[in-house]
Amino acid sequence: MQQIAYFIEKYKYFLLFLVFELIALVFTIQSHNYHKSQFINSANTITGGLLNSSMSFFEYTSLKSENKRLAIENTLLRNKLDIKKNETQFVITDSTELKHQYITAKIIKNNYTKNNNILTIDKGTKDGLTLDMGVINSTGIIGVINGISDNYATVLSILNSHSRINAKLKKSHYFGTLSWNGYSYKTAQLLDIQRQASISIGDTIVSGGKSILFPENIQIGTIKSFNSTNKNYKNIEISLFTDMSNLGYIYIIKNIDKEEITQLENNND
Amino acid sequence: MTRETLIIAFRFFFLILVQTLILNNIYLFGYINPNLYLLFIFLYPLKKERGNFLFVAFLFGLCIDIFSNSGGINTAATVAIAYLRLPLLKLILNTQDLDYKLFKINQETLPRILVFIGVLTFIHHFILFGMEYFSFNEFSTILYKTFTTSIFTILLCTLSVYFTKKSTISNF
Repeated sequence: MQQIAYFIEKYKYFLLFLVFELIALVFTIQSHNYHKSQFINSANTITGGLLNSSMSFFEYTSLKSENKRLAIENTLLRNKLDIKKNETQFVITDSTELKHQYITAKIIKNNYTKNNNILTIDKGTKDGLTLDMGVINSTGIIGVINGISDNYATVLSILNSHSRINAKLKKSHYFGTLSWNGYSYKTAQLLDIQRQASISIGDTIVSGGKSILFPENIQIGTIKSFNSTNKNYKNIEISLFTDMSNLGYIYIIKNIDKEEITQLENNND
Repeated sequence: MTRETLIIAFRFFFLILVQTLILNNIYLFGYINPNLYLLFIFLYPLKKERGNFLFVAFLFGLCIDIFSNSGGINTAATVAIAYLRLPLLKLILNTQDLDYKLFKINQETLPRILVFIGVLTFIHHFILFGMEYFSFNEFSTILYKTFTTSIFTILLCTLSVYFTKKSTISNF
């Protein structure tokens, strides 16, 4: 017993050091597991509030590009609306008929240089957000909500080595998984595409609609390069439409049928 | 509350804010963000009892992590250099009995400051990027990022320490 006490007394700082390192390691591993990254994230009142006020200060520098992006999006939507009107003579305005609802939010902390990038946005449970909601902007997919508080939420960016998003070729229905290898914020990788699918450089990749997070046909990027072997495709590089280094306002997708779908899927298990 | 405690508390919050709100958004050459917050570890007064220091370093790293959504990587790296600070200092000054009360890092000569800051920064960044990538396949990336980011951190920290040498705010 005395020996143990002596040991602890002699190495107390080293033991303390080990304990702290262990705690830090647990936090790190927890942050890799994207459902458990609840504790150490910036979606709390203090850090969220600070980031928010700092953002509102620096926001003015990007107003010009943000305005331009919004104007382009408006034009696009107006064109789409016009096509729809000609097709059907009426537009669905009853919100109960809609499958998805969009909520606007603003990025208050952007990251794109790390290996595991996580963004912070200025909306939370009070605005109807929950975990596992898709986040997009007008140019493409941005990520999935992985942490949430009353007024703020964190988003697991597609530029995160743990991000996996269902994606497919626009021209056919072959689908794969979008992931990121951590090198460039302009390119992501497409995995698990079947060999039967014919792909070529320049093909557009869109969201697959196989998951409940994103509706079908949200743009992601174009194929930049790929290698093919006899059995499968390798290293399909996607150049992203979205400039992840310059994000402002974004949309969060609320899938209205989400509960129904998850319940149905759970029944089968 | 002594004057020293107040200065440490001020430094604690000031460095967290500077790091997370300004320096983490620099992206020099596309990806380099110098980590000036290590100044907190370098300037923390030396004491024989290191328990408090380790705990404060842990909290400090955790605050940086919470702001930058990085799990526990900054915490681990900061606690590591906090632990290694005293042994390294004894090695550099080549003595076993330091004058704990009178020692101030900015009163030392420039080469000593450089070695002290350089070694600790390098260890810190290596742990930081090592834990961020968490894989041996990325070893070259880890080393590359460690070197490039270290250069700017060392530069900033050494300048900050060196230029507060003789002025009245040297306590900061």
